[in-house]
Amino acid sequence: MSIAPIAPILEAVGVAKTYGDGTTALGGVSLAVHPGETVALVGESGSGKTTLLRTFNRMVEPSAGDVRVEGQPVAGLDPFALRRRIGYVPQDGGLIPHWRIEKNVELVPRLLGWDRDRRRARTREMLELVGLDLQAHASRYPGELSGGQRQRVAFARALAADPPLILLDEPFGALDALTRLELHRQFLDLKKALGKTTVLVTHDLAEAFRLADRIGVMRAGRLLQLGTPDELAKRPADPYVEALLEMRRV
Amino acid sequence: MRGRAVGSAILVLLLCAAPLHAADRIVIGSKNFEESRLLAEMFAQLLESRTKLQVERRLGLAGTQVCFEALKNGAIDVYPEYTGTGLVSILNEKAEGAPAKTLNRVRSEFLHRWDLWWLAPLGFENSWEIAVPKELAEREHLETITDLARVSKRLHGGFGHEFVGREDGLLGLQRVYGLEWKSVDHLQQALQYQAAKQRTIDALDVYSTDGRLILYNLKVLRDDRHFFPPYEAAALVRGATLKRHPEVGAVLGLLAGSLDEDTMRALNLRLQEGHESEVVVARDALRSLGLSNKEGRASETEIRGTGVLAYFWGVRRDLGRLTLQHLGLSAAALVLGALFAIPLGLWLERRRRWAEAVIRVLGIFQTVPSLALLAFMIPFLGVGTVPAIAALWIYSLFPIVRNTYTGVRDADSKAVEAATALGMTPGQVLREIRLPLAAPVVMAGLRTAAVLTVGTATLAAFIGAGGLGEPIVTGLQLANTAMILSGAIPAALLALLVDAGLGWVERRLRPAGLEVQR
Repeated sequence: MSIAPIAPILEAVGVAKTYGDGTTALGGVSLAVHPGETVALVGESGSGKTTLLRTFNRMVEPSAGDVRVEGQPVAGLDPFALRRRIGYVPQDGGLIPHWRIEKNVELVPRLLGWDRDRRRARTREMLELVGLDLQAHASRYPGELSGGQRQRVAFARALAADPPLILLDEPFGALDALTRLELHRQFLDLKKALGKTTVLVTHDLAEAFRLADRIGVMRAGRLLQLGTPDELAKRPADPYVEALLEMRRV
Repeated sequence: MRGRAVGSAILVLLLCAAPLHAADRIVIGSKNFEESRLLAEMFAQLLESRTKLQVERRLGLAGTQVCFEALKNGAIDVYPEYTGTGLVSILNEKAEGAPAKTLNRVRSEFLHRWDLWWLAPLGFENSWEIAVPKELAEREHLETITDLARVSKRLHGGFGHEFVGREDGLLGLQRVYGLEWKSVDHLQQALQYQAAKQRTIDALDVYSTDGRLILYNLKVLRDDRHFFPPYEAAALVRGATLKRHPEVGAVLGLLAGSLDEDTMRALNLRLQEGHESEVVVARDALRSLGLSNKEGRASETEIRGTGVLAYFWGVRRDLGRLTLQHLGLSAAALVLGALFAIPLGLWLERRRRWAEAVIRVLGIFQTVPSLALLAFMIPFLGVGTVPAIAALWIYSLFPIVRNTYTGVRDADSKAVEAATALGMTPGQVLREIRLPLAAPVVMAGLRTAAVLTVGTATLAAFIGAGGLGEPIVTGLQLANTAMILSGAIPAALLALLVDAGLGWVERRLRPAGLEVQR
């Protein structure tokens, strides 16, 4: 793979995480994510993929190694300011249940001190973008929406402050197959329209192949291989990767 | 936190307020039975009419220990006590035979140890005695227990459970007088009188000034061998009070030797069976002693109606006052509890290492019997409102702390996680997410604490803090059901009302959007 000419948005260099009780979640992971690309991290539960994702916005502090966002080492940044410029969507949406949809969407703009009109306009734009009817949904509560609708709101919230990087932690994991398919389609539309740099954690290899430009396979805290779907399929670097791809074909 | 600072400031103020004694004020205490209340009320009325002192009443304190502690630490200035009680229960000494010997013993010990003064005895003893139906006494010419021993082989004895088992009760008595019975029954006190009336039993143990001796036509036999310890009634006064107000000793001294057993039985009967208030009976007693020149008037609180409703109507004004007092006690304890416990719960949520331990300790407080906790307050805070609020406050803490802690800890963890990942600070998460989501749980804790406090506040009457417990405590002593209900029913209603009211607040505080979870 050729080295991209532009500086990466996100870089991890030898990121390791060992907990107080001696368990190692990450054993020194390095990767770079370039502007506009979507990188999927796949692996079984316990492989370290979510932990790695969480070091990117300092929800987990690595025990060793460096994370850089837009070239700056995150360890030197104010974690709250850092998180406000990184979008985030968890598996269940993580919407705040006693806030109306519009308030949920404008969470980060509000933290950044945008004025009311700008927030309003942005919220409207975002809800439209994810295909939610403003009239019908803006003043409802999360509990009144379906799972798929809630997940769209979570995407709208993650995008609201126009962050350069979006972190997705199993965002389609809790949805039924049909809704998931629909949201996959919408994700690809958004990707084309916005060109956001995205890291997607998933245990669903098919999903990774469908949505990602490059796929990183993780196992036991290590990144076994990082490459395009094509590279992975043709030149698996590790027997585990090979076995994984075998299973996919079955 | 500001709430915590305000809470502790109020608490400190309350603590400081406790020992502040107005120079010209005197506090009269009594135990929680009718004779003690009557004597205290007589002391109070006498001092009101003969001195310029402002007299405050703390009647119905729970028993000897509470009264004595209150007197020792100056929460009260004087209360009626019995020499035998002073010797046996307070000094823990063996009872002596002769009244004068007992009096001199307690006088010198109390003066020496605590600077407490026994004034001249009032003239009667309220001790254990043996009584027989008058008709039997006349037929058999019984005046003394020695006389009784002559004929007891033909008689049925009926004695209280406590009296039977004690060396200073039936066991010793039988040995000293050589009493033998045809049969002996163990009975409850209330049943003894009935049994004697029906002549199921011929002799029973009684307290010598019990009004029922008149009602049931019983004769008290003289304890001619001085087996029973003497229980002479007298005013027990703080030396410091006498020094500050010598007139107290002089005025209460007017009662020396003025009341005999017959007089006391008649007065007690009016309280026990006539359900008159001690205020009226005390006034009549002082008037008949020539110690009061006030015109007698029909009492508003004299209730003779048998119906509970009639009784309630008769005491409605008192009930209103007591209800307000009750609410005041509970509200003060609850507000102070919330001001302390909510910040504590939030703090523990930040330092979870401490949480289990602290909550467990507060839980232990919860298991201390209420009355014990109230009594425990007395050496520190005296009697009255302040220790009552302090005790209720301690009870209120556990449910509030526990619910605040768990409510905030368990508030929608996914929302908290997502909000944190999007850049909210812990303070923002607490204020905007955790607290609103936890509000109904915190409120439920407050509600539990409120109902608990309103219920427990009935016991505040035992340490003279008033409230709806007053008619309950007095009613229990007098076996007056209507009086008990006049405290218990409003207290129960109050608890229900408070519960319903706070339930409404709880629903209002529930954040919108939580009821519609799909």
